[in-house]
Amino acid sequence: MRSVILASAARVLFPLLLLFSVFLLFRGHNEPGGGFVGGLVAATAYSLLALTGGVESARRLLPARPEILIGTGLLAALGSGLVSLAEGRPFMTGLWGETPLPVIGKPGTPVLFDTGVYVTVVGVVLLILLTLQEEDEP
Amino acid sequence: MNLLLVLPLLVPLATAIATILLSRAPRAARAASFAGAAGLLAASGFLLSATIDGTILVTQSGSWPAPFGISLVADRFAAAMVVVAAVILAAVVAFSAAGIDAARERFGYHPLLHVLSMGVCGAFLTGDLFNLYVWFEVMLMSSFVLVSLGGERAQLTGALKYVVLNLVSSALFLAGAGLLYGSVGTLNMADAAVALRALPAQGLPSVVATLFLVAFGIKAAAFPLFFWLPASYHTPPMPVAALFAGLLTKVGVYALVRVLTLVFNRDPGFTSPLVLWIAGLTMVTGVLGAMAQTDVRKVLSFHIVSQIGYMLMGLGVGTRLALAGTVFYVLHHIVVKANLFLVAGVTRRVGGSFSLDRLGGLLGRSPLLAAAFLVPALSLAGIPPLSGFWAKYLLVRSGLEAGHGAIVAVALAVSLLTLFSMTKIWAEAFWKPAPAHDPGASTPPLSVAERASLLGPVLALCAITVAIGLGAGVLFRFADGAATQLLDPDLYIRAVLGTRGGGS
Repeated sequence: MRSVILASAARVLFPLLLLFSVFLLFRGHNEPGGGFVGGLVAATAYSLLALTGGVESARRLLPARPEILIGTGLLAALGSGLVSLAEGRPFMTGLWGETPLPVIGKPGTPVLFDTGVYVTVVGVVLLILLTLQEEDEP
Repeated sequence: MNLLLVLPLLVPLATAIATILLSRAPRAARAASFAGAAGLLAASGFLLSATIDGTILVTQSGSWPAPFGISLVADRFAAAMVVVAAVILAAVVAFSAAGIDAARERFGYHPLLHVLSMGVCGAFLTGDLFNLYVWFEVMLMSSFVLVSLGGERAQLTGALKYVVLNLVSSALFLAGAGLLYGSVGTLNMADAAVALRALPAQGLPSVVATLFLVAFGIKAAAFPLFFWLPASYHTPPMPVAALFAGLLTKVGVYALVRVLTLVFNRDPGFTSPLVLWIAGLTMVTGVLGAMAQTDVRKVLSFHIVSQIGYMLMGLGVGTRLALAGTVFYVLHHIVVKANLFLVAGVTRRVGGSFSLDRLGGLLGRSPLLAAAFLVPALSLAGIPPLSGFWAKYLLVRSGLEAGHGAIVAVALAVSLLTLFSMTKIWAEAFWKPAPAHDPGASTPPLSVAERASLLGPVLALCAITVAIGLGAGVLFRFADGAATQLLDPDLYIRAVLGTRGGGS
């Protein structure tokens, strides 16, 4: 069953949801939000596409296979912890840059960690959802 | 120093990431998996060599000082556990080259193995109760998938029991942690130990200790909540079962030892008899269960249960010698038990079955395999000069010295029955002539690559068992040192909290 209303709405909602997910990600340091919630919202955007246009249309817009996303996300999170080790501080110590960047503020390793969580969550949720939905599609 | 403590967590995580990214290139993924296991072995070796002189290594992750951040702590016991975990992981990864099917490898087998090891190492190294809970979950999540990966009917039935009971245990653990936090306001083990000294020994601390005892008891498969183990451990492929059998229940034992010696050590009149009763009943029910089975895997699964009883016995007796016995027993047992499951895997490959009724004549077909079975089997039963003999000797002697005659009698009787079970497998699978419809007659002979991958790790683990047996003095001195540290929690507390912890 395909709904025209949902399909046209999804096309508008998709970029909005992605934008909102990034907003949640960067807002998360001091206010409600963060990598996990942001990742869930981004995964919602893709699953909305998969529901209306089929799994293929969602996969086409994904930058990589969900497995690769999981790996990259974990790698980013791991890397954020390693930076402090290279500086001779304990693992996972948060390090912050001096000059603030526009929009996101001071860059630091916790942002990298949260981005890693974001990417991993997108990967995990889509791996589950798309695999399940593929079994349903003829 | 700081790096040594995080490496056993970082190496498996990095390996898991590498194997995920290489999921479309199975050969490269396998190589990465092996390199990661070797790396973990090296990292754990460095950790052990840094702690063997009695140093307690501590790092506060994220630079948040204890008790606010998560402390990672390694004393002798923890470091030695990380080393055996790494040994078992390496053996299992090597065995998997020929012992696991391509479909499972494609669906995340290698990443899961390494995430599981990360959880196990984390549980050994953490100095924080909530963090321990998290590592338990890391370990359980990956083991849930590993136990059901492949989706065979028997696997899913086994996985269901495994998952449900372990979730109950996690819930109890969480409830205990919540109560403890509510009463002392901290979950850092060292800090909680100090804070509990201000409270009366009875009452709430005993309740929390009992909750932990039940929660970790379920994970360790101790009486009475052990039945999930024999219901599930025979279902996954043997390399997975070997990893589970070697490590998972022992993490429960380790957590029990840690919590009862460090945090809840002020009311031994309450906890010790309880632990001793659990120990005795665990030994007896496990070994009786094993006698009734005719499937090699089920016999071995029940013996895990019965052996857990011995480890708890040392904890229940609680003297320095007894704790040294527990440490010795855990270290020896992990190697032996994982090895027996790997041997069962080879038996299936060569003999075509897991069922003792259908197996036979393997002594003639593969004398090397027969020898590789005898070493861990006799060690499990406690035949000198193998490692199991010394482990049991320490426990029995400490039990007699402390005047616990009953539990010693139980331990000796159970070890006789263990010998009976092992000779049963020996007689049925190896010694008796091959049955008329021999399922092994149609299996192709082992290729050279298979020999290296399947028998190599088995023989290496056999060599460790023999080495522990012949050099028991070395390991005993180490275990004695570990027990001394366990009995003097102030060492641990001072290491974690600095001068503030010098309380008593």
